Amino acid sequence: MFWIAWKMLIGNRGKYLGIVFGVVFAALLIAQQSSIFCGLMSLTVSQIRDVQGPGIWVMDAHVQFVDDIKPLADTELFRVKSVPGVDWAVRFYKGIARARLEEGTYEQMILLGLDDATLVGAPAGILMGSIADLRKPDAVIIDDAGYTRIWPGEPFRLGRVFEMNDHRAVIVGITKASRTFQSFPILYTRYSQAVRFAPPERKVLSFILANPAADLDPTEVCRRIEERTGLQALTREQFLEKTIRYYLAKTGIPVNFGITVLLGFFVGTAIAGQTFYLFTVENIRQFGALKAMGTSNWTILAMVLSQALNVGLVGYGVGVGLAALFGWWSRSMTRLSFFMPWQVLALTAAAVFVIVLVASVLSVRKVLVLDPAVVFRG
Amino acid sequence: MPASQLVHDPAAVAIRVRGVTKEFGSGESATWALRGVDLDVPYGELLMLVGPSGCGKTTLVSIVAGTLEPTAGDVNVMGHDLVAMSNGRKVRFRRDNVGFIFQSYNLLPSLTAVENAAVPLLIAGWRRRHALEAAAEVLEALGLGDRLANLPTELSGGQQQRVAIARALVHEPRLLVCDEPTSALDAENGRITMELIQRIAVQPDRAVVVVTHDSRAYAFADRIAAMEDGRIVSVTTGSESLPA
Repeated sequence: MFWIAWKMLIGNRGKYLGIVFGVVFAALLIAQQSSIFCGLMSLTVSQIRDVQGPGIWVMDAHVQFVDDIKPLADTELFRVKSVPGVDWAVRFYKGIARARLEEGTYEQMILLGLDDATLVGAPAGILMGSIADLRKPDAVIIDDAGYTRIWPGEPFRLGRVFEMNDHRAVIVGITKASRTFQSFPILYTRYSQAVRFAPPERKVLSFILANPAADLDPTEVCRRIEERTGLQALTREQFLEKTIRYYLAKTGIPVNFGITVLLGFFVGTAIAGQTFYLFTVENIRQFGALKAMGTSNWTILAMVLSQALNVGLVGYGVGVGLAALFGWWSRSMTRLSFFMPWQVLALTAAAVFVIVLVASVLSVRKVLVLDPAVVFRG
Repeated sequence: MPASQLVHDPAAVAIRVRGVTKEFGSGESATWALRGVDLDVPYGELLMLVGPSGCGKTTLVSIVAGTLEPTAGDVNVMGHDLVAMSNGRKVRFRRDNVGFIFQSYNLLPSLTAVENAAVPLLIAGWRRRHALEAAAEVLEALGLGDRLANLPTELSGGQQQRVAIARALVHEPRLLVCDEPTSALDAENGRITMELIQRIAVQPDRAVVVVTHDSRAYAFADRIAAMEDGRIVSVTTGSESLPA
């Protein structure tokens, strides 16, 4: 009987495509908007992800997210180092600096200051130059996207000079860094250099990057640091989560995207539900004939659900596929952030399931209460 | 001499209807479609129900086929008490015992002729390949061997009705119910349809009930029950003439 249901469904190509279109539209919109949302959220934590090595971030107790810098006194580094279970700890500067370019124009940049001795937190993928060149005077490494943003269309060239806070900076390397939420160019330099590039402040230490001893649980070490220093210590994962939670709770981003996702859900439900309902109503005499010939209501229910499932699967596959295609295109052609984790696929699948369930419930009711004697009425 | 609407030998009776009434709606808007119908149809008989529109013949045939509940009365078909039957059992009863031929064919437009004819077997749980083979045999017997793969829209009205006959007979039901089987056909196709029903469906262990307005079909009936205003007003043999 499922075979008959399938033949009935695809018998009218126009109607079938109409129903599938509704689901495709919903799946596409939900998956695409959710992926852009996830992309934006991943931008907010890209700098935490890019800092490889340390398992623990230590900061002021009131810091809410990675860009919420509340500088610490330099002496805090030694207090953290003295906590039992801390294997090592280094300084890390993060701030916004204004650069004056050779052309006389100004550009905002994200300035990251790495520990002078160890260069912990240095970028992993160097495209030109070397991390070791950061030890040269006035040396900075810039990310490739930032370079292209400042000097669009120009080939990468080392040795370019600009000024920050009246200090000379020389590009000694170009790296591959994840894009940030602000989309500013990212500059890596030594900590001692960074504090000269930055506007003068009494306290300049943004974070302390630390690592727990090999045999200790990082969360236990974080607890010890907080207990002994009064600072906030988070594992890398905790800091990622805290930052994302901040953006979710304190910005309008989730609401804006949520509205679009909901809109896609409702419009998709309306289109698919209405078309599926009309499809069922048009086939009501056929269903009546099947009931008269001895098809039980359970079988009819299973037939309608199998039709809905078919539409849902095809619509979901095409919709998610189109969203992925859009993501692939946008990553190579635009600066739109797009990140499609499995959770987006699961969310979209759940939404599509609800859509086809609503659509089938709307229409199956009419079939289930159908009097089989309807087939005798001309 | 008029034929009786009752048969005295219970073993010979395929359909026994006693005191059946049917009321649609309730209160002041209630309409009585049947007002106490008594009728017997013996095995091996083709009975026609005739009468003006709204006289209750379609209601009666729906009750006999187990697709409609009577308001009151007893209905026994092939030894099954339909009034006492649960809905689930009635569905199985229809699946196993009743073949339907509808006025508007009610073929599934997206299924080919052979697929349409195989539907009752698929409902009964046959494997698709076996069902299609059996349906093809019946269609070939009805002269549609070269139309097996055609969709209903690619068939003439007469051919569609023959597919409907094949569908009604493929599972060898003991009761065949036909609702205006010739009304959508021209005279020639109407005659062919009635001949097929008479030749193939009328068997010693079966019964056929045909609802019709078409006086040209009367000649194929063993008995004709004329209805008026929810009652059977006369029963005659097919050879006896009826008032037009």
